[in-house]
Amino acid sequence: MKIIVCVKQVPDTSGVVAVKEDGTMDRAAMAAITNHDDLAAVEAALKIKDATDCKVIVLSMGPAPAEGMLRELLAMGCDEAYLISAREFGGSDTYATSQIIAAAINHIGLGREDMVFCGRQAIDGDTAQVGPQIAEKLNLPQVTYAAGIKVEDGSITTKRLLEDGFMLLKMSRPCLVTCVKELATPRYMRVSGILKCYSKPLTVLDYQTLKNDPLIDDDTIGLKGSPTNVYKSFSPPSKDVGVMLDGTPKEAVSALVALLSEKHII
Amino acid sequence: MSYNSKDIDAFKGVWVFCEQRNGVIMSISYQLLSEGRKLADDLGVELCGVLLGSGLSHEHAKALGGYGANKVYLCDHPLLKDYTTDGYTKVICDLVEARQPEIFLIGATNIGRDLGPRCAARLHTGLTADCTHLDMDVAKYKEFLKATSTIDVDNTVFEENTNLKMTRPAFGGHLMATIICPRFRPQMSTVRPGVMQTQPFDAVGAAGVAIDPVNVQLAQEDIHVEIMEIKKVARQMVDLIGADVVVSVGRGISKNPEEGIALAQTLADALGGVLGASRAVVDAGFITADHQVGQTGKTVHPRIYIALGISGAIQHRAGMQESECIIAVNTNADAPIFEASSYGIVGDVFDVVPLLTKAVCAIQKDK
Amino acid sequence: MYELTREQEILVKMVREFSEKEIAPNAQELDITGEFPADITKKMAELDLLGLNVPVEYGGAPMNEVSKVLAIIEVARTCSSTAEMFAVQLLVNGIIAAYGTEEQKQKYLGMTCREGKLGAFGLTEPGAGSDAGGLQTTAVEDGDSYILNGSKCFISNLGPGEGDYAIVFAVTDRAKKTHSGMTAFLVDRSTPGFILGKLEDKMGIRGAAVSELILKDCRVHKTQILGKVGKGFNIAMSGLDSGRVAIAAQACGEGQAALDAAIAYSKQRVQFGKPIAAKQGIQWYLAEMATKLEAAKLLTLKAADLRDRKEPAGMNASMAKFFAAEAANEIAAKAVQIHGGYGYMKDYAVERIYRDARILTIYEGTSEVQKIVIAKELLK
Repeated sequence: MKIIVCVKQVPDTSGVVAVKEDGTMDRAAMAAITNHDDLAAVEAALKIKDATDCKVIVLSMGPAPAEGMLRELLAMGCDEAYLISAREFGGSDTYATSQIIAAAINHIGLGREDMVFCGRQAIDGDTAQVGPQIAEKLNLPQVTYAAGIKVEDGSITTKRLLEDGFMLLKMSRPCLVTCVKELATPRYMRVSGILKCYSKPLTVLDYQTLKNDPLIDDDTIGLKGSPTNVYKSFSPPSKDVGVMLDGTPKEAVSALVALLSEKHII
Repeated sequence: MSYNSKDIDAFKGVWVFCEQRNGVIMSISYQLLSEGRKLADDLGVELCGVLLGSGLSHEHAKALGGYGANKVYLCDHPLLKDYTTDGYTKVICDLVEARQPEIFLIGATNIGRDLGPRCAARLHTGLTADCTHLDMDVAKYKEFLKATSTIDVDNTVFEENTNLKMTRPAFGGHLMATIICPRFRPQMSTVRPGVMQTQPFDAVGAAGVAIDPVNVQLAQEDIHVEIMEIKKVARQMVDLIGADVVVSVGRGISKNPEEGIALAQTLADALGGVLGASRAVVDAGFITADHQVGQTGKTVHPRIYIALGISGAIQHRAGMQESECIIAVNTNADAPIFEASSYGIVGDVFDVVPLLTKAVCAIQKDK
Repeated sequence: MYELTREQEILVKMVREFSEKEIAPNAQELDITGEFPADITKKMAELDLLGLNVPVEYGGAPMNEVSKVLAIIEVARTCSSTAEMFAVQLLVNGIIAAYGTEEQKQKYLGMTCREGKLGAFGLTEPGAGSDAGGLQTTAVEDGDSYILNGSKCFISNLGPGEGDYAIVFAVTDRAKKTHSGMTAFLVDRSTPGFILGKLEDKMGIRGAAVSELILKDCRVHKTQILGKVGKGFNIAMSGLDSGRVAIAAQACGEGQAALDAAIAYSKQRVQFGKPIAAKQGIQWYLAEMATKLEAAKLLTLKAADLRDRKEPAGMNASMAKFFAAEAANEIAAKAVQIHGGYGYMKDYAVERIYRDARILTIYEGTSEVQKIVIAKELLK
């Protein structure tokens, strides 16, 4: 059995966020981290590996610096890593990205016992779309928002979060699960893992390697091919600071709540 | 008819996926119909609601008509009683392929975010998630930009087009992006609950809604996930550190600490938040130390931090100043907390908080 | 030396994250209660940190001296007590790895790396501090064993719940004097006659377990001799370079913490309408502190690097320890001053770092002893 975990390196939006003059994110100026939901997915896979000795493969689509992240995931205990990196793939939206990642998963090979884990959503795009779209491309049953995973013989049971509760869902393998942060607390790398990580296999998959997969449709990959594109981007108006609401308590509260509602804060 | 998502002109109509759970239509559906109505009017086309479930009635359809739908596609089948990715995706995609709407809106609930992307992938089209604003008309879009951005709108070139302009936050809300899907149809968009305004109920629209009972083609073999259990869970005790909202009490509640804490807790509950406290309150024994926020307590960065009767000494601020939106209530207009907050009310916590809780609940009911 | 290897970069990242998330939240609590961070110690063992200088076959994940320094700095930035435990354990590991028999290495290094059990370095006595040769603890041969009698004080990694074994130094032949009359023994805590004495109540590093150790007719089998009879003094001295570099690293970490706190505070604290960081006087202080810290780090890294190259490192290790320890104290004192009244209050970390730093110039060889070592080298 093997588990392929899709991970993304993202800018740390909880820290200082740098915005360029043209209104786009200055990714280079921000710390790069592994997306939190994805780390939970990796940890879930490693827990299953601890119990069953299965193989855990991490897969990421990104520019060269993502290799550093993959090495750290190998240090955490994953067995192999793949980095999808090609000029042709740059600027892809979720539709384009998911077909590329699906093609990469085909290249790695998905057997009857295997599973694909993804994080629910990445903190830069916040779309939560790539996981389900990979599942559709690979014709896999899916469960999203998994806060619990139990692997049984031939099937898996997941605890899927709803806003006010959860669903317990069972499906057979191969399948795809998207994981929320709450699923697992990622383990620290051990020194012994750090010492081994550079000798574990890390393969770069480029356009030449993947282009012949039937899933790759040149018409819908990369910046030009993506079905959705950015029409305009802009910084939201800066947040209010030191705004005092005057009047009687009733008036002040009224004004405050109106402001908060207008700004979608509540 | 072979479905071709690139044949733009063949697609007409605005559709809204109307989510229901346990036979109750969720309010997001009404919000999206209200919004969809505006788009349909801009385009001069029909607005249709798509309702899936089991044991649905014409009453359900009428409710959707009352919020703007011209027509409701009623997809009633035992296998659609509870949401499954496979069941709902198949029925919806079959319907979209048959009728070809140009716009399809889905509520960004936990379920919508499972369904939307799967459908978009199957329909070979683009999906934009968590949209906060939708525009058809370029002139209206320009007005929107003038009000909400720092772009010099009058000196910027805009392509004239009739693509749906879908605006959404990215990078944790630090950046706004307007997305279009020019080459494929339907243009799909998910919208979070509470973002769009619901229009008033229109009894005439309700009575006049056209109901199209869909012949659902669905078999058990089409569904690959088994539902073992569905459970509602009471809200759990959330950790201060991961909390979305923190409502903290300080020395200002000393005159009646029990009531002060109760008021704060009620406000916290209304906002889905957690109760925090300043060191003074903990030291005085009014509340346990695990609620303490500050230098010697916990450091929090919630989306909303409400400081009630807290002066804002540096040790407390060190624990919460990174919060996105800080709201302070204090009787002392010179309290340092006001320098660190986004919004402030000079007043007595005991007067202000009950009013605030009431107002918050009222707003939430509308959503 | 100036550029980290890619493995070292990941190591620093891991230790930093671990320290900030797991160690830092409890640092102040440890200082107040004086409780030993037992669960942190276990977690550090699980991450192979306690085996950072132990060969793989005994459960370790060995990296070089420079890596050790980098790791200790990260731990010391958040908690001096935990860093002290870490540094002492690495010292004990190093000695056992160098002089132990196969069985001894498997047993004691294995115990530490696989189970997180700590070892102590039992050299210091009430009458023998800087004068290590003045040992009074005796080990008398008796058949297949030695009987140890005496008392040790200020022994780190020894406390009510901590410390499962110790390297105990005793005089086996008073006639032969220090260089050949001392022997090192590995003694299990469970050995009858190995008696835990007073747990010290200290000014700083209050979470570190430091105790008195009494040996009363403690019978130890000859297989427990570490190295050879009469080689004890050499063994004790051999650990010094490594120990000095480790403490220098601890000092650098504490200095870093104090400097970072002073910088953050000076940006936040507004007096006379501006943050105090706008005042030239404060800027000069911060510049001086940062320069001293940078010098301390470079001295420490150089000493570690010399050891990695197997070149003579004695003088450099003493220079690093002497300089870094003094610098950490100066930086901590200045940091308290910059914090004004708040720096005197236990709410603020600098108050604790100031007290924690005080021992740095005293243990593991006082500054005075370090200077003698340096002078000796200069005047050769």
